[in-house]
Amino acid sequence: MNLDVIISYIPLYIEAFFLTVKIGWLGIFLALAIGLAVAFVIHFKIPFLSGISIVYIELFRNTPLLVQLFFIYFGLPKVGFTISAETCGYVGLGLLGGSYMAEAFRSGFESVPKSQTESALALGLSRKQLFWSVILPQAISQSVPGILANVIFLLKETSVFSAISLMDLMFTAKDLIGLYYDTKEALFLLVVFYIVMLLPVSIIGSFIEKKARFRTLGV
Amino acid sequence: MEEILKVNNVCKRYEDITVFENMNLTVKKGEVVVIVGPSGCGKSTFLRCLNALEDIQDGEILLDGEKVDAASKNIGSIREKAGMVFQSYDLFPHLTVLQNLMLAPVKVKKRDKKEVEAEALTLLERVGLLTKKDSFPRQLSGGQKQRVAIVRALIMHPEILLLDEITAALDPEMVREVLDVVLSLAKEGRTMIIVTHEMQFARAVADRMVFIDNGRIVEEGNPEEFFDNPKTDRLKQFLQTFSY
Ligand SMILES: Nc1ncnc2c1ncn2[C@@H]1O[C@H](COP(=O)(O)OP(=O)(O)O)[C@@H](O)[C@H]1O
Ligand SMILES: [Mg+2]
Repeated sequence: MNLDVIISYIPLYIEAFFLTVKIGWLGIFLALAIGLAVAFVIHFKIPFLSGISIVYIELFRNTPLLVQLFFIYFGLPKVGFTISAETCGYVGLGLLGGSYMAEAFRSGFESVPKSQTESALALGLSRKQLFWSVILPQAISQSVPGILANVIFLLKETSVFSAISLMDLMFTAKDLIGLYYDTKEALFLLVVFYIVMLLPVSIIGSFIEKKARFRTLGV
Repeated sequence: MEEILKVNNVCKRYEDITVFENMNLTVKKGEVVVIVGPSGCGKSTFLRCLNALEDIQDGEILLDGEKVDAASKNIGSIREKAGMVFQSYDLFPHLTVLQNLMLAPVKVKKRDKKEVEAEALTLLERVGLLTKKDSFPRQLSGGQKQRVAIVRALIMHPEILLLDEITAALDPEMVREVLDVVLSLAKEGRTMIIVTHEMQFARAVADRMVFIDNGRIVEEGNPEEFFDNPKTDRLKQFLQTFSY
């Protein structure tokens, strides 16, 4: 491997890294918001919306992200909505992620025993207070492992963004290989930057997971 | 004396089974009513109807003059009037003892935090758990959890306490510490409906005993008559199952 080549590539990779991280995390936050809303609607059996939500989950869990991105990026302009590659990236990731996050939140909601609801209602709490003060905190600590697995999964899925010409890490690597044939160096940096993106998440994640576990289960 | 609770011809049915019919019960201020009966006869269901955790199919329930109905707008403030403690100590596991006690007074009654905290500490001291104020429920024994659960109900200043077999899930050596708290509440004149299988305790605490079987009140009366001179065969049989 040629060190000079690597060094000369680094600035390009840093730029791509920040773009990937930005779109990745925007997508993840969108996924968390969608996931929580959808899980809520399904768990509390909100009429009409829960039907839509189930269709949404099945649709997005059972189609590849690449296909979803193509639909949004190339399909929407055909019906009159133009959308930038960046927006398409995080919206696509958010929609895919939302269907996975919904499952994580839902299993969290389900893990909270019914007796918790009854104790809270018996104390006079309103439905809203019951949700925010009693159910959600317990559900989230149960959902943490699932949410973290999804975060890592979604960050890895960013590698398909290159297909809609986003200048992300994958795109940069492919581009450089195509231009200069320094395959080894380009791939090496690709792996390094993905690890830099994911390793801290894994480490901080398992720490949060331990804390959440302790909070609810005491072990 | 003032009537706190009035149950008129209440009926509870699930699709194909009737849990109870034509239930009538009046509880006056300061009265302690103990309900006994074989398991599955509908005692828990009855208590849960009293604060609208279960809906009723017929009749009406008046709590402090207000109709108990889960659909009514002020159901929250009606429920505040009936403090409930369940068999399975259902403290909130993500909150400390003190937070468990303060949640409802602060969120529901919008009371001042400092004032609620002071009251919580006084009540914890009274049940001997002041040192546990910052513990989480998982760090407490069953008996300690139930004492906290009683305090959590008390701090809402309910008109009536509904206690559903609160010692049934406890190890025998912890039963006493919980029942002592309930006895002291009875002494200070609290209105309570207690469901229990602890017959000696029932006799000591009750102003009135009620025996439910097969979905209806079979016999009721003052504790001496009830235990020493039961009138119905059903109650005689039931009481015999407790003696060796
Ligand atoms: N959700 C339900 N659906 C159908 N039957 C129920 C339901 N909940 C309770 N029951 C029935 O109601 C009866 C009374 O139960 P419960 O009030 O728990 O009795 P107890 O507290 O006296 O032991 C039982 O026969 C039980 O099977
Ligand atoms: Mg019961």
